[in-house]
Amino acid sequence: MTTAEVERETGGAGFRREIRDWLEANCPPEMRDGASGEDAICWGGTSWVFSCEAQKIWLERCAARGLTVPTWPKAYGGAGLTRDEDKILKEEMQALGARSPLDSFGIWMLGPALLKFGCEEQKLHFLPPIARGEIRWCQGYSEPGAGSDLAGVQTHAADQGDTWLVFGQKIWTSYADKADWIFALLRTDREAKKHLGISFVLMDMRTKGISTQPIRLISGSSPFCETFFEDVEVPKHQVVGTVNRGWDVAKYLLTHEREMISNGANVMVSGRSLGAVLSESETGLSDPVLRGDAMRAEVDTLALEMTLERYKDQSEGGQGVGDASAMLKYMGTELNKQRLELVMAAEGSNALTWQDTPASSWLRTKANSIEGGTSEVMLSIISRRILNLPGYETWQNSFKQKKKSCCPRPPVVSSQNPRQSPDCVRAGCGKALRPRALAGNGRCRMGRRACPRGG
Amino acid sequence: MAAAGWAGVLVPEEADGSDMGHAAAHVLAREMGRNLTVSPFLSTAVMAATLLRQLKDPSSNGKLKEIAAGELTYALALDESAKFSPENVELTAEKRGNGYILNGKKRFVIDGCDAERILVLAKSDEGLCLFDLANTTKGLEKTPLEMIDSRDAADLVFDNVELSGDALLGAAGSGYDLLKPALEAGQAALAAETIGLSEAAFAQTTDYLKERKQFGVTIGSFQALQHRAAHLWCEIELTHSAVLNAGRILDTAPDTATLAVSVAKARATDTAQKAVQEGVQMHGGMGMTDAFDMGFYMKRARVAAEWLGDYGYHAGVVAQLRGF
Repeated sequence: MTTAEVERETGGAGFRREIRDWLEANCPPEMRDGASGEDAICWGGTSWVFSCEAQKIWLERCAARGLTVPTWPKAYGGAGLTRDEDKILKEEMQALGARSPLDSFGIWMLGPALLKFGCEEQKLHFLPPIARGEIRWCQGYSEPGAGSDLAGVQTHAADQGDTWLVFGQKIWTSYADKADWIFALLRTDREAKKHLGISFVLMDMRTKGISTQPIRLISGSSPFCETFFEDVEVPKHQVVGTVNRGWDVAKYLLTHEREMISNGANVMVSGRSLGAVLSESETGLSDPVLRGDAMRAEVDTLALEMTLERYKDQSEGGQGVGDASAMLKYMGTELNKQRLELVMAAEGSNALTWQDTPASSWLRTKANSIEGGTSEVMLSIISRRILNLPGYETWQNSFKQKKKSCCPRPPVVSSQNPRQSPDCVRAGCGKALRPRALAGNGRCRMGRRACPRGG
Repeated sequence: MAAAGWAGVLVPEEADGSDMGHAAAHVLAREMGRNLTVSPFLSTAVMAATLLRQLKDPSSNGKLKEIAAGELTYALALDESAKFSPENVELTAEKRGNGYILNGKKRFVIDGCDAERILVLAKSDEGLCLFDLANTTKGLEKTPLEMIDSRDAADLVFDNVELSGDALLGAAGSGYDLLKPALEAGQAALAAETIGLSEAAFAQTTDYLKERKQFGVTIGSFQALQHRAAHLWCEIELTHSAVLNAGRILDTAPDTATLAVSVAKARATDTAQKAVQEGVQMHGGMGMTDAFDMGFYMKRARVAAEWLGDYGYHAGVVAQLRGF
């Protein structure tokens, strides 16, 4: 028995009884169908339309007791529950089939970041509306030129004294068209090294100059948007943490996001065995190849669940998951994709239409291994931070050492050396050349490709 | 090992064991896997001890005492075909007077040459029966096998082997019920040994990636190898969870451990295959030489894969229990 299990049986008994009674008295019957997924979810926010009165009542009752964000401190709209108490709450909600009262990026991502990096004013101002489901947040991380290379963000915030002036574009901003506020990574110092010139900034989506455009995906839905910033004025106090140290916040949040995605992927598949699901298809598991693949996926799913359990126990013991979240994200999403491939194969031609088929879920899973850091980025994180293999930069540098840069430094012009060197004649390059760098044709010695100006 | 209490790790305290449980046994097995320790630990201290302690009679208690003291070793004669299938038994036990006559063959009996006693499952009119006999019993022929992992294994022929009635363990017909917990304990401990093997092979491989230079750089700086190594680490991590889970369930709820044990053995088998194959490939030509340990890991992993059920056997158990 783990410590948590003992706790559940003994010390947690009083709390379990209390929470069970409260749920029994307060969870509306319509909210007890155990439903999850896109149709059942309550995102909240000013533009939210409740699916029914019960959804609204359920949210209000939970929010009043701090149960939308059970582990947050009471001062910020939470219930101040310990991890063990939270686990009991989750178990009791599951036992009752209670729906989650509220889900949002504010709860999953911004909240944890504010709790760790925000100042007291920011916590008091922003956290309670998230807990009550009044303000819906979206995440402005990726840009057309900064996907896997997230620290390459270029959306610029120019210092204007009391405000920032923001200009640029974000992409893959989930539900930006429905969100009230955005938390974004902006470049506040163009001169600093790329990780050290980024700030984590909060913006009201109604601010003049912000516009959004949904992107239609292969699965038929449009959860992601492009978001444009054209000279948007943002008060300076809306920076979270230290200016230019937004990467620390971003990294912390990405760890959360990875755990969320791997948990999400796991929730989608766990509970029911793949074999049971596939056996219900018209032709069942009669194909031996499909059956073999499904058996392998089932073994792997169980091993992944055991790993999630183990990591949970570890983090309860004070050991964080840390970089291993990259592993959970990678293995969870790859497995989820594989499982949906098997579901499609088992359903055969029955799955090839849009109505009531797994087709859109199947297509949606393809994003799992891209969003929140691609599988390849996860493998690079594991390789570098866990296995301590040399980083990509080391590999790059080994080549740089051999090839000198295209245009040598301009010559030092002094009284002893008054002669001005000629410039590189390659179109658009034009750098002054040291005499020994001349290759005889008036161009610098490096090949076309190496010339940073594309000469 | 006996002096350190390892031989008695699953022996009850009243039989002078330390009775520390399966999770503790797995810690030992894992370390033995890391350095490829040759030992009768699994056959004797894990499987025979788990089997005998169910009987709770003076004779078994005496044997358990000897196991804990490191004075008695066991081998389990299980397979009759090239694949593990413990319930399909052709070896016969014919009742004669108070005793039995055994006829038939067993193959791939690990520790079959050196173990002092043999546990064997036989088919009788009363159902499957489990017998415990000395390896010197008349009529028992042993053919040593020259194994790829250089360990002790033998083919056994039972030619009119006469056993007295007290060689029968438990009630007649209850042989497989007695054997099953021992098999599960062995499968889980073998999974633990195998995860240790995978970890060691992987550690040697990543060390080599950091040290071997080609094209003027360490080969570990190539992304093609980094991602394969990182993937392998993920596989090992998942398998490690499965092994820890099996140990925990064997200690807390052994009657429900079948699924956990089969997930662990299947995963451990599969992960070890991947770890040693990548290990040899990433070591390049050096991986093919006997000067590096990688080949020894590969050969042990192959034997461990087949012993007590391969990937397909255990994936099949999982599938059956999960409603396929």
